[in-house]
Amino acid sequence: MATLHTVNKSPFATQALLSCLGHAKAGDTVLMIEDGVYGGASGTGLAEAVAGLGGAVTLAVLEPDMKARGIAASRLMDGVKTVDYAGFVELAASHDRTQAWL
Amino acid sequence: MTDGVKKFLYVNRKAPYGTIYALESLEVVLIGAAFDLDVSLAFLDDGVFQLVKSQDTKEIGVKNFSPTFRALGDYEVTKLYVEKESLAERGLTAEDLQEITYEDEDDDYAEKPSLIFVSRAEMADVMGDQDVVLSF
Amino acid sequence: MKFGILISEGPYTHQASDTAFHFVSAALAAGHEVPRVFFYHDGVNVGTRLSIPPQDERNIQQQWTTLAAEHKIDLVICIAAAQRRGLLDQNEADRQGKDASNIAEGFRISGLGQLIEMGIETDRLMTFGD
Repeated sequence: MATLHTVNKSPFATQALLSCLGHAKAGDTVLMIEDGVYGGASGTGLAEAVAGLGGAVTLAVLEPDMKARGIAASRLMDGVKTVDYAGFVELAASHDRTQAWL
Repeated sequence: MTDGVKKFLYVNRKAPYGTIYALESLEVVLIGAAFDLDVSLAFLDDGVFQLVKSQDTKEIGVKNFSPTFRALGDYEVTKLYVEKESLAERGLTAEDLQEITYEDEDDDYAEKPSLIFVSRAEMADVMGDQDVVLSF
Repeated sequence: MKFGILISEGPYTHQASDTAFHFVSAALAAGHEVPRVFFYHDGVNVGTRLSIPPQDERNIQQQWTTLAAEHKIDLVICIAAAQRRGLLDQNEADRQGKDASNIAEGFRISGLGQLIEMGIETDRLMTFGD
C-alpha cells in the first residue's frame, strides 16, 4: 500500500519537500516536479537533509522539468531516479494513491 | 476500501485568509459530505492555523469561515486529525484551537471531540490508509 | 486504469495545468483512461475562450479543448470557483443577468459533486496545483 508523493516547490522556498519526506513511509516514492526538481540536486545546503529524510523512500525527479531548468543529470544526488511523463504515469499507476504536497 | 466506501482524506497545509485554499477546501468537504464516503481531514504544517480560535476578520473585509469547522459534525465529518509537531513548531497548543465536537448518534448523542491530536508518524499512517487524498 | 485529474491553479502563472496536460497525454498514450478533468480554484481560468496568448506560445485552453475532443474527456469547471472569478457559460450569464459568457468549447460548468464523484469512480486521483 504505497503512496506516490509529488512535490512541486523548491525546497529553498517552502517546507513542502521536507514535510513530505517527514511523512513518507518506507516503500513510497517522492517525485519532484516543476520547481520541486531543485530538491534533487547534490551539493546544496539541503542535500544532506533530503538524503537523510529520504532514506527509506525512492526519490525521483521529472526529467523534462530538470532539463528545462538546466540541471544536468550529473548534478543529481546519488540514488535519485529520473522519469519522463510516461514514467510519471507508471509511478502513479503502480502506487496505491497519489498525494500532492502543494 | 472497506464495504466499497472509499476513504477520502482532505489535507490542509495552508494558513487561512492569505490565500483562498483553506476556504475552498472546506467547500469541497461540505459538498463531499452528501456522498457515501469515509471522510477524514488532516491539519498539518501551516494548516493548523486554520483551527485557531478567536479569528476576527472584520477589518480585512474577508468572511471568517472558522465557525464552519464547528458545524462539520452536523455533516457527519467527525475525524479532524491535527499534527502535534506542527502545533509545537508554531508555538501552539491544543488550548489555542477552537473546540470542535460532534454528537455520536451511536452513543445516545453524546458530545465527543472531533479533533484528534496525532504525532507526525501517526499522521503518516493516516495518510497511508486512504483511497483518495485531496490537497488544496 | 482510470485517472481523475484535479487542476487547481490558473494557466500561464503556474505550471500546474501544463504538467497536468503532459501527464494526461502520456496516460492516454499508455492506454489508460482519463474520463474527467476537474478545474478548481484559479484552475477555472483555463476554460476561458477569451485568452489570447502570443502566437509563439502554447494555447493552454486550446490544448485541452483539442485533447478532450479526441479522447472524450469531460472538462468540468467548478461553478462556485468560476462564479467568484468571472467564468460563465451562456445559461449562467443569462440567469445572473451578465452581458457575456466566456467558457471555451469542450468545457462545462458544474458543481463540486463532480470532483467527489471523480474521486469515487476513478482508480487514481491526481492533483496538480501550487
